[in-house]
Amino acid sequence: MKFFVSILLTALLSFALCLFLPWWVIAISGFAVAFAIPQKAGLSFITGFLALFFLWAGLSFWISAANEHLLAHKISMLFINVDNPILLIVVTGLIGGLVAGLGSLTGRLSRKLFTA
Amino acid sequence: MRILPLLLSAAATVALIIILNTKLVAPAPLGALLSPQHGLWQNAEPANKDFSADIKFSELKGKASVYFDEKLVPHVFAEQENDVYFVQGYLHAKFRLFQMELQTNVAAGRAAEMVGEVALKHDQEFRRLGMVYAAEIALKEMEENETTKTSCDAYTAGVNAYINTLTESTLPIEYKLLGIQPEKWSNLKIALFLKLMSNDLAAHDIDFEMTNAKQFFTKADFDLLYPSVQDSLDPIIPKGTIYNIPAMKPLPPPNVDSLYLNKGFVSVEEFEKPNPANGSNNWAVNGTKTKSGAPILCSDPHLGLNLPSIWYEMQLSTPSFNAYGATFPGSPSVIIGFTDSCAWGVTNGGRDVRDYYEIKFKDDSRKEYWFNNEWKQTTFRIEEIKVAGKPSMLDTVAYTVFGPVMYDKNFNGGRQTNDKNYAVRWKAHDKSNDLLMFNLMDHAKNYDDYMAAVVHLKVPGQNVAFASKGGDIAMRTQGEWPAKWKGQGDYIMPGEDSSYMWQGMIPQNEIPFQFNPERGFVSSANQKPTDSTYAYYLGREYPVARGLIINKRLTGMQQITPQDMMALQTDNYNIYAEQIVPVLLKNVNVQMLNADDTKYLSILKSWNFRNDANSTGATVYNEWYKKFKSAVYDDEFAKAPKPIQLPFESTLIEATLRDSAYKFFDDITTTKIETLADEATKSFKEAVVVLKEQSNLEWWKSKDTRINHLLKQEAFSRIHLNMGGGRNMINATTETHGPSWRMVVSLTDKTEAYGVYPGGQNGNPGSKFYDSFVDKWAAGQYYPLWMMTKDEVKDERIKWVMNFSN
Repeated sequence: MKFFVSILLTALLSFALCLFLPWWVIAISGFAVAFAIPQKAGLSFITGFLALFFLWAGLSFWISAANEHLLAHKISMLFINVDNPILLIVVTGLIGGLVAGLGSLTGRLSRKLFTA
Repeated sequence: MRILPLLLSAAATVALIIILNTKLVAPAPLGALLSPQHGLWQNAEPANKDFSADIKFSELKGKASVYFDEKLVPHVFAEQENDVYFVQGYLHAKFRLFQMELQTNVAAGRAAEMVGEVALKHDQEFRRLGMVYAAEIALKEMEENETTKTSCDAYTAGVNAYINTLTESTLPIEYKLLGIQPEKWSNLKIALFLKLMSNDLAAHDIDFEMTNAKQFFTKADFDLLYPSVQDSLDPIIPKGTIYNIPAMKPLPPPNVDSLYLNKGFVSVEEFEKPNPANGSNNWAVNGTKTKSGAPILCSDPHLGLNLPSIWYEMQLSTPSFNAYGATFPGSPSVIIGFTDSCAWGVTNGGRDVRDYYEIKFKDDSRKEYWFNNEWKQTTFRIEEIKVAGKPSMLDTVAYTVFGPVMYDKNFNGGRQTNDKNYAVRWKAHDKSNDLLMFNLMDHAKNYDDYMAAVVHLKVPGQNVAFASKGGDIAMRTQGEWPAKWKGQGDYIMPGEDSSYMWQGMIPQNEIPFQFNPERGFVSSANQKPTDSTYAYYLGREYPVARGLIINKRLTGMQQITPQDMMALQTDNYNIYAEQIVPVLLKNVNVQMLNADDTKYLSILKSWNFRNDANSTGATVYNEWYKKFKSAVYDDEFAKAPKPIQLPFESTLIEATLRDSAYKFFDDITTTKIETLADEATKSFKEAVVVLKEQSNLEWWKSKDTRINHLLKQEAFSRIHLNMGGGRNMINATTETHGPSWRMVVSLTDKTEAYGVYPGGQNGNPGSKFYDSFVDKWAAGQYYPLWMMTKDEVKDERIKWVMNFSN
């Protein structure tokens, strides 16, 4: 239960903060949620990772679908030299996931220090 | 020990963010760019995007409504004259901000600020040419005139109103990729943009190249290689026109032979030469030649092909005027288009209005130079060239009575051997308010209005075609042109006194023009404006082919419809091939050809002289002619000093037709005397070697037309376009250059107009309107141009409405 709640909260907090703040607040969202809802350290990382993977891959897929993937074709050629919008969406998700996952892990480890 | 994993994890997080937010490690800040709420995804415009909006700006004096049709062309209706320019600025910025920023920074020699060291040489060359100096002079003129001042102020306010709405996520994609922010717009930037056009169109000179050619070749050879009048010239103003007695007679200095025509070699190479193919076609026919009985005007300016396009299509309408056509993002007004009563189009005048003078400085400080028997003070302009990611470069440019000293010890321009100083005298440094012409043309109703408008255009000089519903047609070779003595400015001139300076400008009442000529049409295609009876010297280098074929066609056409005109504008007929291929075929020695050669020869024999997209004959001809030209001239030019001018395009064609014993057919590296037959045969065999390597001989593949994104990103470009045309054809589409706006306007009671340009209305590569016109343009098709009226606001072509109010 904690696991799913953490994922949902991390994603929601990230989305809300990104409306006003730079993209890397997703790490802070992961940190805050993992700090507030303690899980095993490894699980915290996975929580943050999945939250942002789904958020960023989901958002970019939704935007790209409305765009009929016109821009994603071009950007995937520009960045990874492959004409593959889905791959670009996956890369987007991975980047968000990694940053938030590390943020979550740091949050969890901070709490351990705090409670020790 | 619990702190160690925490520190590691925290450090990893911060490091990853830094890597993904900067260019310190990775080539791009991928986190910032791929964040769906900030980065490039935000530029992925929904296919069904709603452009409608209600917007308030306190700068507006009244209401304005913008009706976007299905092509995303805005039809702007403003209650107040200057509000229309505010909205124009706003829309240019909304759809084309990045190109406006890039083009004006390129003009100002500030490109390295945006893209880094790669643009440094360009920036230095443009600073030394005095581009900003020219723009500052133009700005002063522009702001001294009430009309241009208020329209530019409103335009600038409109651009800035849009810039002020931008956030991190709504920035155009190129800003995100380059990691830069938009700069505030200003009237100076409008002037800079117009000077960029002057550089494109009025800065082509071959003075260094011709100076070397003059020294290297004997007079007889020189005259053969660079004839001052082409046999086939059909001038813009027809032969036999009677010109007024000139008000002034420019005279060459007495020492012209010793000091000017016989001086040493020079070795300056310009880093960036304006494309000599920056030409164009325009013509107008009167009612006697059309089916409807109303005049038809056609215009297609040929420029470098880029995405986003240099043009943005719009209709501007106020209680005092109503104009439709192509506009320049970066400038107010419609530039080429039509009003409710007339139409106009331009082609480049192409005369040499940029000359060089050799300057003698007293010493290395460049503080004084020798002029009219005394040491005269220079003034200095200090240029700070900023470079992205690197320290700035400082350059001090000395200014003389002629203009800036472009080349000196601090800027060698690629010189190898000498270190002389050359000042540049460029017409674009003189006072002028060229924008006023376009403002007035947008208001024009008849021939008198056209004449009152057109005289404001001083540089870049253009052949301005005109037609009106009143039935008039006209062509004026407009510009403020230096009155030159024969040969003045063809080569580098002595700069130690005033004797070689320009002696004045050709009076406006002596500008060659045509009004309602008997032949029923006017036309121009960058050929020489007049025959040799015109009193002033016009220079040597003009293309002749397009003018020739256009006039031939127009003479033969009757009962013309707009559809006939579209066919003419997109005609791929190769008049040079028609002339020279039979001669080459007659002379090629078939006994020297093997089976492969014969196969290619038969392709050429059955060719119809059209460079259509799928033509194979065009490819064979093109390769043969290239090799033929090399075979004829390479031997003579091998030892020539660089840079040197190659013979003009028409020269070899005309020489081959005229004289089968043309001196240059002989290969001077052999003892044998080669003939036309030898050169034709040798070059054909060489061409076949190249052709055999091509799996597909279709002309479009060989020509390979592309439209590059302004930052040369292939992903944002359109490449391998399947289309015909080529140099010296009416459809002058080459690899990266061609008709940038095709327009046909039939001035019937209700105007019937057609047009297309190689681009799309939205500069965002993430929009379906980014390149939406390209396929139609490549196929030689047109869109109807809709001059909307106010009572058509419910028309089904209108898809979105933007309401502006204060």
